Amino acid sequence: MRVVLAEDLFLLRDGLVRLLEAYDFEILAAVETGPELTRAFAELKPDVAVVDVRLPPSHTDEGLQCALAARRARPGLPVLVLSQHVEQLYARELLADGNGGVGYLLKDRVFDAEQFVDAVRRVARGGTAMDPQVISQLLTRRSQDRPMGGLTPRELEVMELMAQGRSNAAIAAQLTVTERAVAKHTSNIFAKLGLPVSDDDNRRVLAVLAYLDRGQA
Amino acid sequence: MASVRGFALGLLAVTASVVLFVLTVVSISLIPLGIGVFTTPALIGLVRSYSSYRRLLAARWTGMELPASYRPFPHDLRKGVTGQVERCTVLLKDPATRRDLLWLLVDMTAGAVVALLAAGLILEGLFGLLLGAWLWKPITAVEDPYWFTFVPVGGWGTALIAALVGCGYLAAGLKFGPALLRVHFLLVGTVLSPDRQQQLEQRIDRLTETRHDALDSSAAELRRIERDLHDGAQARLVAMGMHLGTIEALVEKDPAQAKELIAMARESSAEALTELRDLVRGIHPPVLAERGLGDAVKALALRLPVASEVDVELPGRMEAPVESAAYFAVSEALTNVVKHAGAGRIWVDISYAEGSLRIAVTDDGRGGAVVGGGSGLSGVERRLGTFDGVLAVSSPAGGPTMVTMEIPCALS
Repeated sequence: MRVVLAEDLFLLRDGLVRLLEAYDFEILAAVETGPELTRAFAELKPDVAVVDVRLPPSHTDEGLQCALAARRARPGLPVLVLSQHVEQLYARELLADGNGGVGYLLKDRVFDAEQFVDAVRRVARGGTAMDPQVISQLLTRRSQDRPMGGLTPRELEVMELMAQGRSNAAIAAQLTVTERAVAKHTSNIFAKLGLPVSDDDNRRVLAVLAYLDRGQA
Repeated sequence: MASVRGFALGLLAVTASVVLFVLTVVSISLIPLGIGVFTTPALIGLVRSYSSYRRLLAARWTGMELPASYRPFPHDLRKGVTGQVERCTVLLKDPATRRDLLWLLVDMTAGAVVALLAAGLILEGLFGLLLGAWLWKPITAVEDPYWFTFVPVGGWGTALIAALVGCGYLAAGLKFGPALLRVHFLLVGTVLSPDRQQQLEQRIDRLTETRHDALDSSAAELRRIERDLHDGAQARLVAMGMHLGTIEALVEKDPAQAKELIAMARESSAEALTELRDLVRGIHPPVLAERGLGDAVKALALRLPVASEVDVELPGRMEAPVESAAYFAVSEALTNVVKHAGAGRIWVDISYAEGSLRIAVTDDGRGGAVVGGGSGLSGVERRLGTFDGVLAVSSPAGGPTMVTMEIPCALS
């Protein structure tokens, strides 16, 4: 799998390159500024990009903006955004086009290399990988406020994992239930959120979006 | 219009001003007898609200701003008779009281004359027209000739001349009425407003106070940051280093335990990161640095447990210190709402107009919020004070509460 990497701190960039190469990714480019990233997006055709939110020269959310621009130019272009902090606001912007193939994780998640690499692969395949912190913030708030669309506690658990971008199999493993049970829960969730039945994988993204949107109330 | 206003002003000047002046002077002269101690503060309070009302009229009718500057009461005013004496002393020592009284004097004399002139011109003009129309007949029957200004009215001819002169009066009244009103307020304003020296003194007092507050709170902030780092992230990094040292020793002897320690070290580093992250959020939130005030407040609202709407209309970004002060002011105001208001909804409006950043935080909670008494809103006030910003709270019992903040600043 071919990766473009953008991270301005040398230590972290170097670490990410080593980590991804250890898991047999091919690093097409490892850049350190926004303009370089934009050029890399245009010239190389990466399967997935791993991008730091804050990049020089502006040291603001330049990485995020580059990624959003690249996705506007090429819808569905898989981008995993890493950040020192996570904000629902940014998660919402990444998910807004409903195309999938996005991830938004805390930098700390690279501590668990297996899970991090799994997230990169998931995003590259068009799935989502949302940081548990974004999702749990949202769910705590929702459940304090009013139970989301009448989801049961179990369905909320499934929703939380689904919102992070896990597959049914992964959810089943985590909750130690059968995959069929998870499938039943997810179809209940889709029904309760008013998402029509379809074979589209993006339905899971749409469910997350529905959550994020209700977050704004 | 100017004539009607002038008439109203003149009337106020010769009634309310005279009454208030006389009563206040009498009350002050009764202080040695002890009675004045109780009546004077009340009367001066009345004079103040009266002069504030006239300031309001000045702003509304002529757009003139007459600054008011009363000294605040000391915070530790005692209750009962001693408090009353203190209050009386503070009021009498305030140069603004002397100015107010002087103003009443000027208002009831020169001020009244100018104001009534605006009304008088119109009235005299109308009278002249009436003379020319018909009124000269009954009047000359009593007094012949009747002198209207310089016209001896005695028949149709002279009456018509009087009407012409009346027209002149009317024209003058219409043309100069607004100017006369302005002259009135100018006259009043010169007496009422503190002079340059006093304004500067007040400005210095205010700056000293806000600088003191700013230094105090930033010192407290530094202490908090130091403590958080010392007890949190620093300690965890030390623990991590210790674990790594132990691992080094154990890795061959007892791989199982080494593995356990590695897991613990990883946990420590994750926790250190979380703590650092929280700390950074408390010093300068990343979204604020990246996106500016609007999005930072939006991000803040997303984390609130109460449904909230954020409306932002900012054509640019302000300087970092202002942005930061505004952000934390909003943050404190929102925390207040969440903690105390019992609100179901919050609205935040942020806009920029006439060189000022304006923020309104409204909630549908139970109301009754006040500034002062160590409440969170006093903290907000202090925060804004450093930037000459102001805070206004409207919070009737039963709600809704609206906290408005305004900070003068430039946009980039």
